[in-house]
Amino acid sequence: MKLSNRTKVMEQGEMTLAERMYLPAIVGGMATTLKHFFSKPVTIRYPEQKRYLGPIFRGQHILKKDEQGAERCTACGLCAVACPAEAISMVAAERKPGEEKLYREEKYAKVYEVNMLRCIFCGLCEEACPKEAIFLRHDTMVPVFNSRDEVIYGKDKLVEKMDQRYLRDGWK
Amino acid sequence: MDLLSDFFLAKAAFIGIVFAITLGIAAYSTYFERKIAAFMQDRIGPDRAGPFGILQPLADAVKMFMKEDFIPANSNKWLFIAGPCLSMLTALMTSAVVPFGDTVTIGGVTFDLQGIDVNIGILWVFGIVSLGVYGILIGGWASNNKYSLLGAIRAASQNISYELAMGLAIIAILLFTGSLSTKAIVEGQQNGHWNIFYQPLGFIIFLICAFAECNRTPFDLPECETELIGGYHTEYSSMKLGFYLFAEYINMFISGAVMATLYFGGYDYPGIDFVTAQFGNNIAVFVGMGALIGKALLFVFVFMWVRWTLPRFRYDQLMGLGWAGLIPLSMYNVVVTAFGILIGKPFTAGIVGVVLLILGLLIHDQLFVKKKIA
Repeated sequence: MKLSNRTKVMEQGEMTLAERMYLPAIVGGMATTLKHFFSKPVTIRYPEQKRYLGPIFRGQHILKKDEQGAERCTACGLCAVACPAEAISMVAAERKPGEEKLYREEKYAKVYEVNMLRCIFCGLCEEACPKEAIFLRHDTMVPVFNSRDEVIYGKDKLVEKMDQRYLRDGWK
Repeated sequence: MDLLSDFFLAKAAFIGIVFAITLGIAAYSTYFERKIAAFMQDRIGPDRAGPFGILQPLADAVKMFMKEDFIPANSNKWLFIAGPCLSMLTALMTSAVVPFGDTVTIGGVTFDLQGIDVNIGILWVFGIVSLGVYGILIGGWASNNKYSLLGAIRAASQNISYELAMGLAIIAILLFTGSLSTKAIVEGQQNGHWNIFYQPLGFIIFLICAFAECNRTPFDLPECETELIGGYHTEYSSMKLGFYLFAEYINMFISGAVMATLYFGGYDYPGIDFVTAQFGNNIAVFVGMGALIGKALLFVFVFMWVRWTLPRFRYDQLMGLGWAGLIPLSMYNVVVTAFGILIGKPFTAGIVGVVLLILGLLIHDQLFVKKKIA
């Protein structure tokens, strides 16, 4: 008595006549390949075409601005603390009168750098941020470096541009 | 002979055109082989060189020429060079007797669309195909490499084994035609009386043997990568390797043309009388030439289709199929055909022959083969 009756006993006896003639199996196989000949290729031509990786893919970092165009980051340093790879460093500064359009809170990050060689794209900075300022964007990957000078991304590369705002699927 | 006679010039021009067509088709076969393989595996295939990758053969040729032309130190240098040359030579020589069309008259000169109409045309094909194995054998031997030699020996024994069945399959055709001339064989099949209708069994035998003669999958044991690295062309590089690969594709095209000639009416096509009446003889003949090349290309497609479908045979299976399967089968085919001609009903005899064969196999199967214990 077997535990389940799903076991199939495979017995290999003599081949049947059709099997010994090869031809029926060959015709069947050729029909299969011909079917695939006319089916659509599954290839994605990578550098030109890109597969959609989903709304939560963790790509290049972005420092968000609010609707008025003021930076949301207050340089609290929680992202740097949360970062397991210690890739984030920043220098805080106080907002001067007249800079209210540029920075949302009284304190802001004068320097904000992410070392892309250290970053493991875990997304913990995104989770730690209380101001919804840093995100790993789902649509852009960090490109390949050619020299070590390009490795550290400063605010010039990280801060969101107002003319091409980043929107993730499911926001708004 | 006057070297500048119209006849000679016309022949030279025709042979040049046939070579150009053959080489062009062989070059593009490499591209289409990769494309067809890709489509059958749901891929796209080469598409970088030019639109749809149609410049790929050019890029491959440049690559082949640029690579180091290496000759192993302990090889027999002259034979090592002679091997690929011989392969290429014999591959191209076969096309001489294939009738590409009927006679055309251009500028008052009438000439044949055929290299040479020898009265032993089919024997010529067989002779040259048998010579073709020397290219592989010499290349494999001169390499001074165990794997190359094993591949060469495999090629030799495989070609000899399958030539027997192939020859017997053709004997049935010769019974019909009564002539060895390829031209006569084609003329006997005009107006839709193609040999395939009378010789279905013979055609299958010939097709299988053609696969073996061209060293194509499932019979590509001479270059079996899993066992022999590269077989007879393990030591070859650069354009010498290119010649071997090229010769294989030329052989495919030529064997397609020979199969079209023997079984599919050669340059015959439906509606040939209509085209002749409407556009004149010359146009009709050139359309016929296109029809023959189209049929040959169809066979090239079948060669590639089978290659990307079937796995390779084991060597003992290959020999078993050749000697114990195909040779008795082709002998049976000869007997059936002869009987059909004797009673004057070759078409019925062909069908009845196949039916009787299957019946006989079924009865034999019932009586003598042990069944699976279900």
